[in-house]
Amino acid sequence: MTKPRSYQTEAFIIRKTKLGEADRILTLYTPHLGKIQGFAKGVRRPKSKLSGHLELLTHSQVTLARGKNIDTIIGSQTINGFLPLKSDLGLASYALYIIELVNQFTAEHVEDKSLFDLLIETMNWLCLDGNRDLLLRYFELHLLSKVGYRPQLEHCVLCQISLKSSTGYFCPSAGGILCPVCSRSRSSSYPVSINGLEVLRLLQKDILNAPGNLNINDSLSVELERIMKRYIKFLLEKDIKSAAWLEVLKLQSRKSRLSLL
Amino acid sequence: MDKNPEESTDSISCLIQELSSLPGIGPKSAQRLTYYLLRAPEGQVRSLADALLSLRQKTKLCTICFNISDTDRCPICCNSKRDARVICIVEQPQDILALEHVGAYHGLYHVLHGAISPTEGVGTEDIRIKELLSRLKNNQIDEVIIGTNPTMEGETTAMYLNKVISPLGIKVTRLARGLPFGTELEYADDLTLTRAMEGRQEF
Repeated sequence: MTKPRSYQTEAFIIRKTKLGEADRILTLYTPHLGKIQGFAKGVRRPKSKLSGHLELLTHSQVTLARGKNIDTIIGSQTINGFLPLKSDLGLASYALYIIELVNQFTAEHVEDKSLFDLLIETMNWLCLDGNRDLLLRYFELHLLSKVGYRPQLEHCVLCQISLKSSTGYFCPSAGGILCPVCSRSRSSSYPVSINGLEVLRLLQKDILNAPGNLNINDSLSVELERIMKRYIKFLLEKDIKSAAWLEVLKLQSRKSRLSLL
Repeated sequence: MDKNPEESTDSISCLIQELSSLPGIGPKSAQRLTYYLLRAPEGQVRSLADALLSLRQKTKLCTICFNISDTDRCPICCNSKRDARVICIVEQPQDILALEHVGAYHGLYHVLHGAISPTEGVGTEDIRIKELLSRLKNNQIDEVIIGTNPTMEGETTAMYLNKVISPLGIKVTRLARGLPFGTELEYADDLTLTRAMEGRQEF
């Protein structure tokens, strides 16, 4: 049986690139088709009916027509525009970081409904108050689990000894923590505090209803950020571009806080 | 030495290749243009070649607003009749053409040559924000109008500019975002409708 000419899907817009005079190629993350690309004709013109429904960070119901090389987007209706994310510089930056991660860690046409749900859930949490940095760590850990890079945090990757109440050494190339003895054989490992490990385990276990509600101090937050950043850089073999932007914003807010004191 | 019989077609294929590297021109269009130019009067071809050369040789960026201009200062920055206390910030020089076409604005401009796009790695250093800030500090400016595109990148840039400019004590405004003329309400997206409702005006 031939496939129908057009099909509908829910989608979250995670990337867009300009094409030609007024067109765009969009990267959509969908619940049942995984990551797909869609050709959006004429969306850069002011009178385009679709443009507002196909902006980054928008959860839409999209209709696509099958094409030879790429499917064309012929209809779109916003389900959730996540307006708070688009009217706050900080929130927008966090959200852009999340969609860049999704784009980097997923391959086209690999279906993962749970990842789609995680993405939407995280965007919803981002709109609420709470510790956003911790929310990013939560998202990173769960994203990594879903794409097959879940870091081992319970016991030493090499000798399997349990590391419940001692400092561990995180080793990106081993994919988890090492005990002090094994860490000597791996030069790329670096120490993680007991508290740091505990928070990471908590986030990984998903026993929190809203990860942003957990309270941790700044130095612990910086430590966790550093661990995950190194691990992600090791896996992707490159930096996440939006992370640099988050860094710029953080630096500026720290400077303005200092000037107020 | 024998003359290569394919030499004449070489210059044709060379031009076809050059033309097809331009945006929006495929191999067939390039071929059509090339054969048209082959038969066109020499004067026309020469003036096209001159125009192409002078495009790169004579144009430069205005030292004040970074608009594209033939002189060190663009005609808008030189015009003493324009209001020098208002600056409209746009993403690219083409945006100035659109705004000038309307003729409703009489202040000066500042071209950023891009917009902040964290996911593509475009940060504040890659566009002309530093130049804008020094311009704002060194001149008496009353108002800055942010005219970046109403896209995610344009919004990010606008929010960032507001954050760095408002502490200087300058009034920061944003071009109104609402329904474009000639569209239908039912197709408008949530953000546009929200902004249109917030920014409604008395008749």
